[in-house]
Amino acid sequence: MASFHFDLVSPEKLAFSGEVDQVDIPGVEGDFGVLAGHAPVVAAIRPGIMVVTQGGTHQKIIVLGGLAEVNEKGLTVLADVATSLEELDRQAFADRIAGMEAKLAEKEGSELDRAIERLDHFKSIQHELNTTAMH
Amino acid sequence: MASLKDMRVRIASTKATQKITKAMQMVAASKLRRAQTAAEAARPYAEKMGAVISNIASAAAGSPGAPVLLAGTGKDRVHLLLVCTGERGLCGAFNSAIVRLARERALALVNQGKEVKFFCVGRKGYEQLRRTFDKQIIEHVDLRSVRQLGFVNAEGIAKKVLARFAAGEFDVCTLFYSQFKSVIAQIPTAQQIIPLVVEEKASSAPATFYEYEPEEDEILGRLLPRNLAVQIFRALLENNASFYGAQMSAMDNATRNAGEMIRKQTLVYNRTRQAQITKELIEIISGAEAV
Repeated sequence: MASFHFDLVSPEKLAFSGEVDQVDIPGVEGDFGVLAGHAPVVAAIRPGIMVVTQGGTHQKIIVLGGLAEVNEKGLTVLADVATSLEELDRQAFADRIAGMEAKLAEKEGSELDRAIERLDHFKSIQHELNTTAMH
Repeated sequence: MASLKDMRVRIASTKATQKITKAMQMVAASKLRRAQTAAEAARPYAEKMGAVISNIASAAAGSPGAPVLLAGTGKDRVHLLLVCTGERGLCGAFNSAIVRLARERALALVNQGKEVKFFCVGRKGYEQLRRTFDKQIIEHVDLRSVRQLGFVNAEGIAKKVLARFAAGEFDVCTLFYSQFKSVIAQIPTAQQIIPLVVEEKASSAPATFYEYEPEEDEILGRLLPRNLAVQIFRALLENNASFYGAQMSAMDNATRNAGEMIRKQTLVYNRTRQAQITKELIEIISGAEAV
């Protein structure tokens, strides 16, 4: 399988850099997979789980929004926050969701819509975490 | 003439000062290393972000619907100077160098008939600017309680700046910070962040034709505020590294000066002591002769 170069950078550090086979990205307009030779694309990312396939192993990385850029040199993901599944503090994550829910009441109009959308993304991440935790 | 005891006390106190400056130098050196790694770790993100933006922006800049963060408000009457300085002193000319650059820029702008406003990040710059521009300082952020600079801090500042921009309080925003070149060289820098200055890329590289998902302007609309936070974050990290660099060399100087002072004081002390011994001997001898 042809591999390509993948960089995952967050404001604080270079979180991942190397040759990979496939990366599945949660885009704002739907999930998409990137393989070697993908057409150049710039896509916004919603909060979700990114799957990096590297020689048969899958690594899950949680990204909380950002931007993906594919060009002839490979894939670059600018993540707002990137945490690998093992590093994630589930309790803190649950607290954060509870905090967002509590704040919903203060918001209104389009801000409320955006907050609800973001909360939904967070909840689906949590759901996935809980359902896959056993495996 | 100070007595021998006074001199001994003074030498001891100089030695104590030297110990403190030496310790501060070593603390600054170790913190510098950490600050430097943090600044370097943040670089790839800022660079990639810049590359993506300039890619998209070069296409969007000419169009009439370009976002205001990129195209500007069309005026440049009110300038906001975002001055980032350190929280502490004892670091040589680090803080004053940034403040001086900002002040010169402000005076030049005022002479051109522009209005100037200040947004101070860091205590030292605020205190220095307050003397001359008290009324123009519209906001002041203190990062003293922050132990580890995080992206959240930069985001908070960016949000405040954006809110004021949206309220039409200024047209142009310039960021002032100290660029970290090396331990002995920190360069005070001014960087215009609103409207964004897109670097002209070498025309030899053909622009890649991207597909956008969602639309270009929507991505740009998300990216530009984000970029502001990234630039501020980078400035804060560079500042942090520069601060410890400046403090290290300032404390190194202080330690050396203290050493020099101790040497001189000890010389005078020994001379006085010997003179006194000689004087006492002469007294004893002439006393014995007289008997």
